[in-house]
Amino acid sequence: MNPDEFDVIIIGGGITGAGTQRDCAMRGLRTLLIEKSDIATGATGRNHGLLHSGARYAVNDPESARECIEENMILRRIAAHCIDETDGLFITLPEDDLAYQQTFVQSCQAAGINAEIIDPDLARRLEPSVNPALIGAVKVPDGSVDPFRLCAANMLDAKLRGGQVRLHTDVTGFIREGDTIKGVHTRSRATGEEKDYYASVVVNAGGIWGHNIAQMAGVQVGMFPAKGALLIFAHRVNNMVINRCRKPSNADILVPGDTVCIIGTTSTRIPFEECDEVAVTPDEVNLLISEGSLLAPSLSSTRILRAYAGVRPLVSADNDPSGRNISRGIVCLDHETRDGLKGFVTITGGKLMTYRLMAEMATDCVCRKLGVDKACETATTPLPGSEERSYEAVAQKIWESPSTAQKAAAARMGTRASRIRTGDRRDEALICECEEVSVGEINAAIERMEVSTLTDLRRRTRVGMGTCQGEFCACRAAGLLAKAHGCIARERADLNDFLQERWKGNFPIGWGDTLREAEYTQWVYKHVLGV
Amino acid sequence: MKLQEYTQSRANFEECMKCTVCTAYCPVLQVNPLYPGPKQAGPDGERLRLKDPYFFNYALKYCLNCKRCEVACPSGVHVADLIQTARIKYDKSNPKLRDRILASTDFMGKMVRPVAPIANVATGLGITKTVLDATLKIDHRRQFPAYSGRSFEGWLKRRAKEQAAFPEQVAYFHGCYVNYNYPQLGKDLVKVMNALGIGVQLLDKEKCCGIAMITNGMSKEATKHANHNVAVLQKAVDAGLKVVTTSSTCVFTIRDEYPGVLGVDNAAVHDAIFMATRLIYEKLEKGATLKFKADYHKKIAYHTPCHMEKLGWGVFSENLMRMIPGVEFTVLDSACCGIAGTYGFKKENYEASQAIGAPLFAQIQSVNPDIVACDCETCKWQIEMSTGYKVMNPISILAEALAD
Repeated sequence: MNPDEFDVIIIGGGITGAGTQRDCAMRGLRTLLIEKSDIATGATGRNHGLLHSGARYAVNDPESARECIEENMILRRIAAHCIDETDGLFITLPEDDLAYQQTFVQSCQAAGINAEIIDPDLARRLEPSVNPALIGAVKVPDGSVDPFRLCAANMLDAKLRGGQVRLHTDVTGFIREGDTIKGVHTRSRATGEEKDYYASVVVNAGGIWGHNIAQMAGVQVGMFPAKGALLIFAHRVNNMVINRCRKPSNADILVPGDTVCIIGTTSTRIPFEECDEVAVTPDEVNLLISEGSLLAPSLSSTRILRAYAGVRPLVSADNDPSGRNISRGIVCLDHETRDGLKGFVTITGGKLMTYRLMAEMATDCVCRKLGVDKACETATTPLPGSEERSYEAVAQKIWESPSTAQKAAAARMGTRASRIRTGDRRDEALICECEEVSVGEINAAIERMEVSTLTDLRRRTRVGMGTCQGEFCACRAAGLLAKAHGCIARERADLNDFLQERWKGNFPIGWGDTLREAEYTQWVYKHVLGV
Repeated sequence: MKLQEYTQSRANFEECMKCTVCTAYCPVLQVNPLYPGPKQAGPDGERLRLKDPYFFNYALKYCLNCKRCEVACPSGVHVADLIQTARIKYDKSNPKLRDRILASTDFMGKMVRPVAPIANVATGLGITKTVLDATLKIDHRRQFPAYSGRSFEGWLKRRAKEQAAFPEQVAYFHGCYVNYNYPQLGKDLVKVMNALGIGVQLLDKEKCCGIAMITNGMSKEATKHANHNVAVLQKAVDAGLKVVTTSSTCVFTIRDEYPGVLGVDNAAVHDAIFMATRLIYEKLEKGATLKFKADYHKKIAYHTPCHMEKLGWGVFSENLMRMIPGVEFTVLDSACCGIAGTYGFKKENYEASQAIGAPLFAQIQSVNPDIVACDCETCKWQIEMSTGYKVMNPISILAEALAD
């Protein structure tokens, strides 16, 4: 059999693509995933990391709400190590209409979301950071989800089931025979090597870039890029998700994620040309801080670590090319029935929360085309790492008395933490001191997780995500990467790129301690290390 | 309020720039690889603990609470406060009987005083030390401070009238050591103060400052003491009195640990309590005089206790001793002696404690002074035990050098 021939090629290494590859691989298909950059570089890695209960959509979009709560419960089972079961609050402030609370709770209950009105006093006790002026509170099963970890776990599972992955590779065109897509032309960004891959079905899971991919295949998908900006605060201010109990608006969700918390988001239509380089504007920063401070007043005086923005792939309904009638629902297009183009499927719309359902729909479609009759099992099979429910249990099973770094590794890797080499003090040395990432954990990621750059490594381990933003860990991790890849010159350039990328996120909020620290980082790298 | 006009975080932990200078100055890290170091244990660890108390690391108990990390920090992070408050908040293990005994300096003093001569002989015996080591894990190589048969409080009460006659008055927070172990230091203070025309009063029933309780996991008891002492100090302040101490750790605890670690508000009394050496120095600056013996010739080496270093007040003790004619004076390199109150008494810490102090002991031996001067009683025990040199509080040295 031709090694470049597959049952299905998935374009896009976001959560939808990774999830689809996993589902396809679980149904016995030979899969290849192609991603132009790294996993989770688009909207997947550029959102709140909110494990929606669906409550936010309950009033206006009951279908999305129902999807969310179902997937929420599924993810708790299959992705335990990616999820923090924090619960969430929907608070009513004096300037909000308390009557909305009733509508909200009824809609939640209709969608199957366990929303419970609680006393404002209890809310203040449960979440001490919440705006004490609140006049109403509803508790919902929100949580937080680490999108990088979730995406990596899906990719890893697909690989463990024989799937192949080509990251940092562009799809430059389609191989087409008549009305059938037969494969793709690709070019590696690292080596420039051009290569063709063949498959019976190609799935377009390119998020907002799926618009162009579809165009390349000769079909139209009406997509509208909507930019959303967010801010990361340097520590966890809140331990529960805090939302405003009102019609969804800007900057009204504060999510605790790992060691930080994130406020967002805004929503601005942008042209397609700007999708690759979205920058956060001063107005957006101001809006996020001032609205965020209404959820948790301490945000107005808490150090901000980064600002970033993502692009939502919004899809207009097929009968409405103007884009006025936009849904956040899942769109799965079989281009054979829609456009007469065989062997091509687009899966888009939806959200991080519903990636698994999207993957299931896309895979069902692929299986129909291939005549494969195997049921989807992704809702019941835990992802690699998620076989245990808690990181305490994981750490206790692997180590007799786990160190802080080992506990942190168990929280990041779940049961896969058992693959970290220990025993040698060199393996236990810390690379990242802010997030407690050891040499052993970095090496485990390099060996199994398709790492070619420091930024790739960051998405898989949290190296450089802490308050120092790479100041101390970047050069150490670069040393390990240089060793693994056997190339110092390449790693030197990579280190430079990494620091630039860190600065890009610091720049929009470049004041106070974050500016001091960035200055210090520059001093260390430029003047001490000569980078 | 303007948004993001300034940022703040508990104990300034987010001001940490990761420069790691605290780690370079940590005396524990030099000798104990099990300790994560101040940066890891403090600001770095705090972010993880805020995520989940599960990330609390029990190795934080190795912290001496010497505060040298805070002195070193260029960003004003209260590193040691972060570590001590984390221990208070997250360490769920109950203090051992030994730690309770070591921490209850007040209680033990009261119990032992009536039988002081017997107790002093007993604690000096090899058999007692062996038993304490085996049963309580108090290291057998430690020497115990002797108890006094008569308390300092009783001595000063009998002289209350005579002290009240002085035109100017101070209140004295004498601490457990002066009251139960070494009243002579209190008597020396009274002598020096009287020479300046100042009478010395007791506070209205002070309690142990509580530092040993803080470091031994008894924060509830320590908070009770703190609240009591703040109230007592308030009375003195209301009466227009300044309060002095002769122990750098007592004064440091009352001024900084009460609000920083225990969360006890002491703002109204904070600026009224001083080391006696600071008050005396300021008096002399303003023109007061002390008359010294003409024939006082001593070679003195001054060891700055860690908490004196943190307060920045070593300079007052140092300059007072330099004023004594005939004194050959050396300031020893700033370094922790390793005892850290009750820390060095614990069997598991003995080796580390002695290793931390080793450079200091070596320097004392090479200087070979007549007296080592030091404002802290536990440093005194450690240096006397480890070097054989006599250690005196600067106040006692002043008293000894005063012309009769």
